[in-house]
Amino acid sequence: MSTQLVTERVRTRSRTAKARLVAALGPLTMLGGVAWGFLQPYRITLLHPHGQGFWWLLVEPPLLAVGAGIVFAMLVAPGLIEDLEAEEV
Amino acid sequence: MQPPAEHVHWLFATGFLLLGLLLLARAIVGDEVWRRRAWRAYLWPSLLFGLGVLMWPVMVFFTNSTIHMIAHGAWAQTMMLAGAAELGLVRGKLHHRAWSLAMPLALAVSGAALLVHEQNGWLFARAAFLHHALGWTALVGSIFPLMAIVRPRSHVWASGFALTLVVIAVFLYADRDVAPIFGHLSSLAGEPHR
Repeated sequence: MSTQLVTERVRTRSRTAKARLVAALGPLTMLGGVAWGFLQPYRITLLHPHGQGFWWLLVEPPLLAVGAGIVFAMLVAPGLIEDLEAEEV
Repeated sequence: MQPPAEHVHWLFATGFLLLGLLLLARAIVGDEVWRRRAWRAYLWPSLLFGLGVLMWPVMVFFTNSTIHMIAHGAWAQTMMLAGAAELGLVRGKLHHRAWSLAMPLALAVSGAALLVHEQNGWLFARAAFLHHALGWTALVGSIFPLMAIVRPRSHVWASGFALTLVVIAVFLYADRDVAPIFGHLSSLAGEPHR
């Protein structure tokens, strides 16, 4: 196999790994938020909403972390992966 | 209708988490791919600038001492400066590489302000512990964006910078108004809320 082909393969593999990493960032963040919710369920006031004020119902850290993951996964990651793949061609 | 102070910390934590995710993605794909779409290049500096702007109302409505107010003002100014400098560099209005120093400067000043304005020891209460931890994280973490200027293609420094922001987010999420830390809570700190 020629050196050029090997170099191309290595480059493609590393780029695929990069795309996988970018694609994993959002779900990993969401997973972190969900795991946190299981570890500290009292921080999700929606699970026990009785007597909670407006801010306690609105701002719930594990859900905020999940939200950040969703925003990244839906708004940033798809375009970035597309651009990475375009760079491969 | 003002949110409790801890909620403000959690909202800022979400901003820093997003910022960390964006910078981590940029570190993974490299600056060339990251800048292929113009809006994406503006994304993280705009978010940083926005966080700086939002720090002003926090300074006005949530601080109860001069030193506390000055610290929040310093964070607001340095975050806005760093965000604006990066926006200027992306837009092409600023050319000198020295403008990139605004980011490590922001982290270093923020870290110093955190350490200076915390009057109590590490185990006084959770907030005190987090101020110390955040201060040292920001101060030491400022090395990453500094080295990223020297070695812009290095994944280590760029990822280190992004992860510093993620750690800052985790610390901010851990904040509570009055809560123990590792079982310690000074009797001077007051009654734990929840």
